[in-house]
Amino acid sequence: MSRWRIDRLLSLLLATLAGGAALILLLVLAFLVREAWPVLSGIGWVRLVTDDGWYPLENRFGLLPMLWATLAAGVAATVLAATIGLASAIFARFFAPPSVARLYRPMLALLAGIPSVVYGLWGLTVLVPLIARWQPPGASLLAAILILALMILPTVALTSLSALNAVPGSLMRGAAALGLTRRGVVLGVAVPAARAGILGGFLLAAARALGETMAVLMVAGNVVQNPTGLFAPVRVLTANIALEMAYATGAHRAGLFASGLLLTLVVVVLAGLTARLVSNTAHV
Amino acid sequence: MSRALQDRLFTGAIWCCAALVIVAFLWLLGDLAWKGVAHLSWSFLTDEPGNAGRSGGIGPILVSTALILGVASVVAIPLGLGAAIWLAEYTRRGSRLGQGVRLSLDVLAGVPSIVFGLFGNAFFSVFLGLGFSILAGGLTLACMILPVFIRTSEVGLTAVDNDWRMGSAALGMSRSTAVGHILLPAAAPEIAAGLMLGIGRATAETAALIFTSGYVDRMPESLLDSGRALAVHIYDLSMNVGGGDSAAYASAMVLIAWIVVINAAAHTLGAHWASRSISA
Amino acid sequence: MKKLCWLRSILTTVCMLSLAGTPLAAQDRLVLTGSSTVAPLALEIAKRFEQLNPGVRVDVQSGGSSRGIADVTSELADIGLVSRALKPEEETLASYTIATDGIGIIVHRSNPVQSLTDAQVQAIYKGEISDWNRVGGKAGPITVVNKAEGRSTLELFLAHFGLKNSEIKAEVVIGENEQGVKTVAGNPDAIAYVSIGTAEFDETLGVPIRLLPMAGVAASVTNVREGHYPLSRPLNLVTKGVATGLARRFIDFARSARVDDLVEAQFFVPLAH
Repeated sequence: MSRWRIDRLLSLLLATLAGGAALILLLVLAFLVREAWPVLSGIGWVRLVTDDGWYPLENRFGLLPMLWATLAAGVAATVLAATIGLASAIFARFFAPPSVARLYRPMLALLAGIPSVVYGLWGLTVLVPLIARWQPPGASLLAAILILALMILPTVALTSLSALNAVPGSLMRGAAALGLTRRGVVLGVAVPAARAGILGGFLLAAARALGETMAVLMVAGNVVQNPTGLFAPVRVLTANIALEMAYATGAHRAGLFASGLLLTLVVVVLAGLTARLVSNTAHV
Repeated sequence: MSRALQDRLFTGAIWCCAALVIVAFLWLLGDLAWKGVAHLSWSFLTDEPGNAGRSGGIGPILVSTALILGVASVVAIPLGLGAAIWLAEYTRRGSRLGQGVRLSLDVLAGVPSIVFGLFGNAFFSVFLGLGFSILAGGLTLACMILPVFIRTSEVGLTAVDNDWRMGSAALGMSRSTAVGHILLPAAAPEIAAGLMLGIGRATAETAALIFTSGYVDRMPESLLDSGRALAVHIYDLSMNVGGGDSAAYASAMVLIAWIVVINAAAHTLGAHWASRSISA
Repeated sequence: MKKLCWLRSILTTVCMLSLAGTPLAAQDRLVLTGSSTVAPLALEIAKRFEQLNPGVRVDVQSGGSSRGIADVTSELADIGLVSRALKPEEETLASYTIATDGIGIIVHRSNPVQSLTDAQVQAIYKGEISDWNRVGGKAGPITVVNKAEGRSTLELFLAHFGLKNSEIKAEVVIGENEQGVKTVAGNPDAIAYVSIGTAEFDETLGVPIRLLPMAGVAASVTNVREGHYPLSRPLNLVTKGVATGLARRFIDFARSARVDDLVEAQFFVPLAH
């Protein structure tokens, strides 16, 4: 067999693999729609938006307050984690003494590997009582934001660090030779050059924040209401699924799958926006 | 504000953020250690759990966890590497198909793990007839970690200097040879990092596994047995079993130690692979 | 060509694995799924049953009462674990009680309130009383802890107090019992209702919570056992139709005096034999 034919075969094989990976999403979506169908067709998707309150056993299916809570917690946590995470990646790449940098990266990887249950447990037993002493009841949007931020921070930091490490050294040496300060090199050259990877990391983190279940469930208070303040308890869409799925039947169960579908749609929009953002910035 | 002052402020802010992360890390880990270390012993690692996990150890749970992760890696690594290579090397920039695959992977990365759990239960456990098994859990996790792994590997491959590609083409190497001998080794550290991110997430996963690999805390005899993962065990002990806290914290410490070991191994392997193939 | 051989071996492995996926012989294997409250107990009973019956395997899966019912109905499981009495529409299933559990109201240990009347509990959960000083405590906003929709504990609580879930003004909604215990332990102004066994055990471990009497009856495992306590629920094993064969043997075992110590170790109330 000529090596060009091997090349073609390999290309085909790889494309199949990639297609297969992409197909998983379709499978998952199809499954969600099928399970949510009784609510979507029977009760109607409009009522998911217009119903006042979430009391599925009393036939009220309003998902909107949980959507706002999900967005509020997810966005705030991502902004917080993105700032500190990028800063700590810059620290590890440009500012840390070599001995510290060598320890810093494994530490981040370790943090990334701590199960969300443990973050949640820690939040429930340490953070929530702390907030409760200041502003009861403690289990609140703020607690959710802080725990989520802490949880996704290592992901942001690690992906940003990978992206920064991938910037060719020649580029930065050139900038330094032009007389740029370290801040100039970092903000003017390294970060812009690595922005695709960094933004990708942000997206990954945002998606994880939006999709996190156990940790939020343990600290957010889980009351279905619009997020009106940092100290008010809220329920996010994932927590809704985890809290009630095990006990739900019939329309209630379908309503929970509709929660999952709604959440997935949010992520679709987010991913679409980021894809546009990345492709726009990549061509500048 | 003078340039020098701005520079100093920037440096200060970066150090502050780094310090904040270290403090949070030490606080969390210190707390875990303080509450869990008394429960730790060698026999804790090897014994069967007793009295719903309050006493005894986590031996069978460690074995189940390792098997689940093993299945997930065996499936995810070849599939993910293939997809990443295709995305990075075989699609033109901005090609429709490539963008579509990327978008669907990014969305997949955002699907909440509990949805993966429900999906895995319906698809692997019921539809494919695998039941509650380590195999079903591993396959579910593979679906879950694939997007992260593919996207980070792709970034790593894309970041390889174009000179390498042109050089290999100029030497008359076929593309597959170039990928295998030049690009993959050059991107090995990033690929290892992506895999670590995925494995870390998989190890920490609770919601996706309760419905697929299950709750049985007996020593598994085959991949078709149900086996409780460590994170599921921690969740059960802390939320469902009164007085299970110290065992939960001790299990969490074992899990963290495990992550450290895997991480170090992946890091060393990645670096080793990169240095050997490029210099040889 | 080496690559192709490698590929083929992978495909063969996959085929073997999928063949191995066909269901195993079912005579000496039982699958139990359902309520997370019952699961730890069922797991312990299963272990003892396996010891006494070599060759038999009993797999216990957790997930919730309604999952137990769904899995038994679809024959995915042989026995379902259900932490409440069956509803009228579920009467096609056979249910076998293996233990009883009470539901008690808990507050923080530092809370000076010693008892609440049923009317006071109602008013607190409806948000009509929102400060502890109106029921004889220190001034401070009451943090009402409620259970998530669909949980059997919630249903029993609502039925006992004649409430609708939409009337309850909760500050925290929880899932499992231990989350309630931890929430109250971390918040001196909180009130919650949880499984009595769990709460009593946590109290003895030094967790800063206290069980309040219900309608004048002290919330204790003893009072639940004697039948004095007004708010209790059965923990059930359910089967599709009358249980036969191995499932029958397991259920008989789980209802016998031979597992009383296991029931007590999980802080539930054993059956009167």
